[in-house]
Amino acid sequence: MKHHATDAHTLVAAYALGALDDAERKDFDAHLRACEACRQEAAEFQATTARLAAAVAQPPPAAAKAQVMAAIDEVRQLPPRIPAPSAAPVLGGILRRRAVPLALAASVAAAALGGVAIRQTQNGQDLEQQARQAQQQLDAVSAVLAAPDARTVHGKTANGALTTVVSSEQQNKAAFTAANLPAPGSGKTYQLWLDHDGTMRPAGLIDHDGTVLLTGNPADAGAVGLTLEPAGGSPQPTTDPLLLMTLPA
Amino acid sequence: MDAPPPDGLTRPPLRLFPTAGAAQVNQPIPFGTRGPADHAGTDLSDVMHQVAQGDKRAFSVLYDALAPLVFGIVVKVVRDRAQSEEVAQEVMIDLWRQAARYRSEAGAVTAWAATIAHRRAVDRVRSAQAAADREHAQAAREHTTAFDEVTEQVETRLESEQVRRCLRGLTELQRQAVTLAYYRGLTYREVAEALRTPLPTIKTRMRDGLIRLRDCMGVTT
Repeated sequence: MKHHATDAHTLVAAYALGALDDAERKDFDAHLRACEACRQEAAEFQATTARLAAAVAQPPPAAAKAQVMAAIDEVRQLPPRIPAPSAAPVLGGILRRRAVPLALAASVAAAALGGVAIRQTQNGQDLEQQARQAQQQLDAVSAVLAAPDARTVHGKTANGALTTVVSSEQQNKAAFTAANLPAPGSGKTYQLWLDHDGTMRPAGLIDHDGTVLLTGNPADAGAVGLTLEPAGGSPQPTTDPLLLMTLPA
Repeated sequence: MDAPPPDGLTRPPLRLFPTAGAAQVNQPIPFGTRGPADHAGTDLSDVMHQVAQGDKRAFSVLYDALAPLVFGIVVKVVRDRAQSEEVAQEVMIDLWRQAARYRSEAGAVTAWAATIAHRRAVDRVRSAQAAADREHAQAAREHTTAFDEVTEQVETRLESEQVRRCLRGLTELQRQAVTLAYYRGLTYREVAEALRTPLPTIKTRMRDGLIRLRDCMGVTT
């Protein structure tokens, strides 16, 4: 194992120089995903080899541009890569260690990753920022699930979705997961609420199956609510709650 | 200074002429006009965002900025000009296809494009080589004689002046290991064979050679 790690590390330069064969390159790509230090070094080496490329730059034939511009009309752009390939096992591992029922573990992990995947395929304004936010959210959700004082409540919405809230008083955070949530309909969204002694405070939006971190102050809240609201959400609920889950005191 | 004019006649006071329409002398050069040498890639990363959203006008800008870099390294590795034109076009189309997968925290746009271009060029060369596997080792040996020419062919623009100077700062073996791999598309095994040097030594020379180049060029990510 140690030998392998050392060996992989000496290959960073060969990797950046494009001097690995196909199989080695694939192995090394996998190694990079798990090795932050190697990624940093590979990035620096690739910036260096890019200078070697720039040093021999020369203009392509003028006709090439028109051909490329015409060709891309027929070429479908790939969606961004899901930023956290290592998140699923980590999340699963945490949940199993904490002996949360396996079905919940699976549904939370699948929903969390599903949510990330769906957000990732939107061609939004700032994909990179979205990726970062998704990663941060995933990290925050993992932290809540792994918290030593995490408490879990299950519920079912009036329109048939299965929901779970995992909250941690220590972290003052709560994660909400929905499965089989019907589409909210055009111009509408589901909105989460935290019940503070009868006052409903907005706690975030969710419009498809997945896991979201509740915004606000769950430690002081008595319950989590869900309503259907106009897109963008409302300052106060405008429809009857589809769900009201009492949080553990 | 305030001496009266020798003819004693009064003259209109000196004044600055309006320079509208005339080029100003010390106008700063806006970003994005430096061409592929702009390895900082700050401006290009914004362009990439737009390309990732299917913006063809942004892609046209990206093409102008990256095509010389892409074509240059492809020609260097592939050598054959007709094939290089084909590969370079494939690379440019691939940049369009993969635009949403570019992540600025993993490096500059130029580094991303150079990696994709180099990889494609190397794939082309190696698949051709695979067909002539027997002559393979011999071909690799021939590369050694061509290596001096590699460093000499490096162009004399501002960017490459620095690269040339930095390459000269390497040991002979470091420079051969780096240039045979990058400019000739050899694997490190082939480099080891061509230079008749043990594999671990080649891996180490590639590594300390790149470290020295990186530091010489002041590369940051």
